[in-house]
Amino acid sequence: MISFSAFVKRFFSDPVAIGAGVVLLVLVLMAVLAPLIAPQNPYDPLQLDIMDSEMPPSWKPGGDDRFLLGTDAQGRGVLSTIMYGTGISLLIGVGAVIVQAVLGITLGLIAGYKGGWIDSFLMRLADIQLSLSTLMMAIIALALFQAAFDANTYADYAIIMLIMVIGIAEWPKFARTVRSSVLGEKKKEYVDAARVIGLPARRIMWGHILPNTLTPVLVISTIQVAEAIMIEASLSFLGLGMPTDRPSLGSLIRSGFEFIFSGSWWITLYPALVLIALVLSLNLLGDWLRDVLNPKLRRGED
Amino acid sequence: MHILAFLIRRAAQAMVVMFVISIIGFSIQDNLGDPLRELVGQSVSEAEREALRDELGLNDPFLVQYARFLGNAVQGDLGTSYFFKRPAIEVILDKFPATFELVLGAVFIFVSVSIPAGIYCAIHRDSWLSRIIMTGSIVGISIPVFLTAIFMVWLFGVELGWLPAFGRGDTVTLPWGWDTGFLTWDGISHLILPSITLSSIMLPLFIRLIRAEMLEAMGTDYVRFARAKGLSTWRVRYVHAFRNTLLPVVTVGGLMIGTLIAYTILTETVFQWPGMGFLFLEAVNRVDTPLIIAYIIVVGLIFVVVNTIVDFIYTLINPMVKLPGAKG
Repeated sequence: MISFSAFVKRFFSDPVAIGAGVVLLVLVLMAVLAPLIAPQNPYDPLQLDIMDSEMPPSWKPGGDDRFLLGTDAQGRGVLSTIMYGTGISLLIGVGAVIVQAVLGITLGLIAGYKGGWIDSFLMRLADIQLSLSTLMMAIIALALFQAAFDANTYADYAIIMLIMVIGIAEWPKFARTVRSSVLGEKKKEYVDAARVIGLPARRIMWGHILPNTLTPVLVISTIQVAEAIMIEASLSFLGLGMPTDRPSLGSLIRSGFEFIFSGSWWITLYPALVLIALVLSLNLLGDWLRDVLNPKLRRGED
Repeated sequence: MHILAFLIRRAAQAMVVMFVISIIGFSIQDNLGDPLRELVGQSVSEAEREALRDELGLNDPFLVQYARFLGNAVQGDLGTSYFFKRPAIEVILDKFPATFELVLGAVFIFVSVSIPAGIYCAIHRDSWLSRIIMTGSIVGISIPVFLTAIFMVWLFGVELGWLPAFGRGDTVTLPWGWDTGFLTWDGISHLILPSITLSSIMLPLFIRLIRAEMLEAMGTDYVRFARAKGLSTWRVRYVHAFRNTLLPVVTVGGLMIGTLIAYTILTETVFQWPGMGFLFLEAVNRVDTPLIIAYIIVVGLIFVVVNTIVDFIYTLINPMVKLPGAKG
């Protein structure tokens, strides 16, 4: 572990970390403040005019100053849809990781602390689930969900379904990380001491061991948010994620895709660039955090 | 003896996975839409419906219905596709060659790029080319596969017009009914963009993995001994060190099968590649339940079979072989 001031100092001496941090901060602010700063509310029918549809970015011939990045087929400003869409992508990404973390930390703590058959069972389950691939499970789960309900019900619950499906599918990553830290901590004297004075197992697990396993949890959380955002974008691109009237970045790219070939490239390009910037900055920050906080952790291994 | 234990354990695991899949398949069949409506439409009276329900066995107890479903499934009968009016399993298997050849093309590209690139980055770790490859790989990890696909279509298919970007082109039907695109130039040229796209997601991960494993292997005692013994640099690197990087590569490769199948759905959608993934999405949009079930079951089978093969390869190339399931 390093002290907080050393941590801040290392951050400001690494140009890649600063760059990624700034990009992420800008995107998050843009998404959170969208209702206040977006030039237009693209989901308010009163503010839309079909005459504005498929306008190129404002610096191109035929562009309009009201729409910096052009408009889509319904006359919505691409800049405004991106601001709102980034918010939905981030909401699902962070929401899914919270579900993963709660499930994964709980099960990882139990597996590591209790050991025995509970441990073998949970880790076996984690192995099988990891090998099945999150994206594949999510595609099947959402395809069934979509086939089982009508379009309106689907649209209402899509956001919750996405968070739950991506959250449940990825718990093993947190569980494995927490479990291996718990196995290391369990042998230490403070745990013996706590046990000797008669504290209940639950109290030792949550109050004493858990705080010492949070560093690796923080490291993987960042990369997991990036992954959850990517999975959500892929699902929405397939039409299995957010509906087009409440689009995430993935659904924006989906609805722009058919216009690429008629020359309206901006409807796809700008959401795509924002998606890449978002995921890349999270991945770079995650890699940087891992290097600083825990040099032993490596991507793709546990 | 150990091989037998291994096989039994593997078969048991495969059966658990297939059992779960069959339960999923069965419950979908039961709950997605009303099979009667698909069969007879709206104009039939309630009494006739009830008679038909009895006749079709829809009023039987759960276990009886499940047993019937399982019996049919084992014989390859997964119902008739509502849209194609043909057995669902036939419709799916017709599309299998297209997906298989796409995956084959992707694996070919990916093996012939990731191994040399990974080894190069490990041996010349500070050269400018390795730095470019390593930086490129973290950017590559952050680009979703459908964006790579769209970019390929736009650049090479539309702007430059070098390669066809949609469909599969001319295929030749082989005697055993397999449609192949490998035998015509048109078929191969259609394969290039989709298979580059599909390989591009695996590449960054594997270049990094091979580099890391190779670096580790080069620092081990046996590699130092091999060098001390006077073996040529080439032999030490490619026979001794590289061999040991294969184990983790095969393991991770096995873990990626499910992900690879998921990515075929995305790739096929963008390139309108007439494979199983494209068909599956169409089936979802049409609520063609038998086809959805057939896809899930076929994919589950592929997953189980490939995983077993990967485990076997693993035991073959591991010099310290100890079959899982043969503990003690």
